[in-house]
Amino acid sequence: MIVERPRDLVWKKIAAHAFLIAFVALIMFPFLVVISISFREGNFTIGSLWPENPTLEHWYLAFGIPFERADGTLVQPPYPVLLWMFNSIKIGTIASIGVVIISTISAYAFSRVRFPARGAVLDSLFIIQMFPTTLALVAIYAIFDSLGEAVPLLAIDSHWALIAVYLSGVTLHIWTIKGYFDSVDPAMDKAAQIDGATPWQTFRYVFLPLAVPIIAVVFVLAFIGTINDYPMASVLLRSGENLTLAVGSRLYLNEFKYLWGDFAAAAILSGLPITFVFLLAQRYLVSGLADGGVKG
Amino acid sequence: MTELVERAAPEAPRLTFGWLGWLVIALLSLGMLYASWMLYLTGEVLLASLLLVATVGFALVFSVRRLYSVRFIYPGLVAVGLFVAFPVIYTIYLGFTNYSSFNILTFERAQRVLLQDKITAPDTERPFALTRDGTAYRVFLPEGEGGLLSEPVPLDGVEITVPASPVTTPPAELLAMREIVPLRDALALVSVTLPDGTSVKQSGLRTFASVAPAWRLEADGRLVSSVDGKVLTPDHGVGFYVDEAGQTVPPGWRVGVGFENFRRIFTSEGIRAPMLGIFVWTVVFATLSVVLTFGLGLVLASILQWPHLRFKPMYRLLLILPYAVPAFISILVFRGLFNQNFGEINLVLEALFGIRPEWTTNAMLARTMIVIVNVWLGYPYMMLLAMGFLQSVPEDHKKAAALEGASSLRVFFTITLPQIIPPFLPLLIASFAFNFNNLVLILLLTRGQPDMPGTVIPAGYTDILGSFTYRVSFLDSGQQLGLAGAITLIIFVVVAVIAYANFVAMRRATGGLR
Repeated sequence: MIVERPRDLVWKKIAAHAFLIAFVALIMFPFLVVISISFREGNFTIGSLWPENPTLEHWYLAFGIPFERADGTLVQPPYPVLLWMFNSIKIGTIASIGVVIISTISAYAFSRVRFPARGAVLDSLFIIQMFPTTLALVAIYAIFDSLGEAVPLLAIDSHWALIAVYLSGVTLHIWTIKGYFDSVDPAMDKAAQIDGATPWQTFRYVFLPLAVPIIAVVFVLAFIGTINDYPMASVLLRSGENLTLAVGSRLYLNEFKYLWGDFAAAAILSGLPITFVFLLAQRYLVSGLADGGVKG
Repeated sequence: MTELVERAAPEAPRLTFGWLGWLVIALLSLGMLYASWMLYLTGEVLLASLLLVATVGFALVFSVRRLYSVRFIYPGLVAVGLFVAFPVIYTIYLGFTNYSSFNILTFERAQRVLLQDKITAPDTERPFALTRDGTAYRVFLPEGEGGLLSEPVPLDGVEITVPASPVTTPPAELLAMREIVPLRDALALVSVTLPDGTSVKQSGLRTFASVAPAWRLEADGRLVSSVDGKVLTPDHGVGFYVDEAGQTVPPGWRVGVGFENFRRIFTSEGIRAPMLGIFVWTVVFATLSVVLTFGLGLVLASILQWPHLRFKPMYRLLLILPYAVPAFISILVFRGLFNQNFGEINLVLEALFGIRPEWTTNAMLARTMIVIVNVWLGYPYMMLLAMGFLQSVPEDHKKAAALEGASSLRVFFTITLPQIIPPFLPLLIASFAFNFNNLVLILLLTRGQPDMPGTVIPAGYTDILGSFTYRVSFLDSGQQLGLAGAITLIIFVVVAVIAYANFVAMRRATGGLR
């Protein structure tokens, strides 16, 4: 690197660390406060950031266990957090598996199989991908409202309706995986073809095993995407026991029923597993994100 | 030898399925056919024909050998077609209809609702009594000396129909009025079939009466009241049945209204003014979000790339934490922290500076809060991308500039930045498009509050176009889905422009898509 004067260097180092530490402190403030709130008594701010009489009440309630206060009153859990978490994970997992299957096969086709108007289809997928599904909420609501008349499985307030909508989020992932398949040596599929493999067999026995890392990335991305969705789930899901975490958690901070402390514990409980998975996968995710965006 | 044979015909491997595959295809096709038929029956002709097309396409693609290669993309195309492309087109179509909570059904369903209306004929009213039968009850309808006694009903809140048969003497013990009152809700669900076949239901606290459909369908589509002979004529211009006096009778149904919704948007001052304000704010918000997250991410990435810095992995981990935590949780946490009265941010600000900013009622502060939260959420993504792109800038370019005597700032702006902007551009445009429609943020943080005064439809200072549409369709203004469709069409135009810009930028960045 460029040679620098030692005195300047020391000052620069101190400045860099000071800036980073101050910035990290600012960024971490919400997390630390939420942890403190989850142990604090009651559901309102009472004068201090540090819990003076720490209590596990909010944590009991987050796990769905009634909590008995010191004065003998029994507090019931306000919302079924674990059930919502299960719903979120169920919908997220099924939808992400579907997304992975569809996008891997499509990406293979766009990368290797010749079919009519491939370029045009590819271009239009790129344009369509820019239109977020949430924009068409009104239409999707109308579609499932009438679809439910014919197919009860896909009615409003059914998890399968939501999963079907999430399946449409494949376009971005098709691009990511296609970029990966494009980098596979064409000699591989030539060899398979010479050995008599159909395109499907080439995909199944050559490309699929190669794609496991990128499939993992797409799965995690799709999973996080579905878990974070609020607009679609809030429109398609109705009854309390069917909600996902994102829709349900909002109920905690209702103007008329403000459960700040209970929310804090529930938020940490539900946020931790996803955060953990993300941090584990993040190195691969980053390259996946850049590939999906830039490489074609 | 075998190799030679296969080489000679590499294009003709087995491309069809076993019997199991065929069975699955046949069953799926039949299921989809059934669904589209059911849809057709409920009056959803458009949706039904779309599903029919998808079904035929499915059956063809998976059975015709020539279409083998299309099999690979068919599922993806159907998913995108059904739930992205079709909804986009359907939304535009809805923008030209009066679809709202008053006109939510199709004509067939609206007609069915009216035909299912029951009316009790007042002239058939007769007193009744209840008697106990074990844990159940029997309805007694007196007639002369004796009367009609029904089979036992449990009165457990479930709808039930029971026959009644003649008895010569009334039951020994009849319930008093005060005992009947608590049972009246369950009793309302009981229909009693008399020996002559008529059905009677409770019509008052003390009476039962026969029930009949309120409307009779005429051959010409009009409905005639079975009580007073009133005639309802379906008016497909407004989507309602209209009586002789011109009064509309709910429920209505969806009909096309042409450019009515667009006329409202562009001519009604109470809609146009807030729409314009929201549009400007949406652009400002998306621009600010992109510029600030990009700037902050780039600065942090540059510092983290500095070779003399220690503890890099730790800083990196802490700095990407906002990206790792699910966004819906972080946004809700901020909603609580920024709470004007019980929020921790105001607690700290008051302790330090003695101020309590009105984050939720002051328009300017609410917008500031939204941008702060969005930058907090979005900078790690930019930082991660910038770290990748910074590594691809050749080190010797920077060295050469430094040897020429350029300051490190100058090196950054003349060497580094010009090299990373082109590959970054498509991602920045995508980020703009994402924030342009960042519904999750707005819906979870403010729901558009505080509201603008004097608007026809509730509109907020922190609403972006997407969240405004959401409010119009699903929250506080009577589910005006048609109007929302019209607004969405305007958003589509903007998004299409952005999408095209991104398409061009992408081509430039990669020198072609394929």
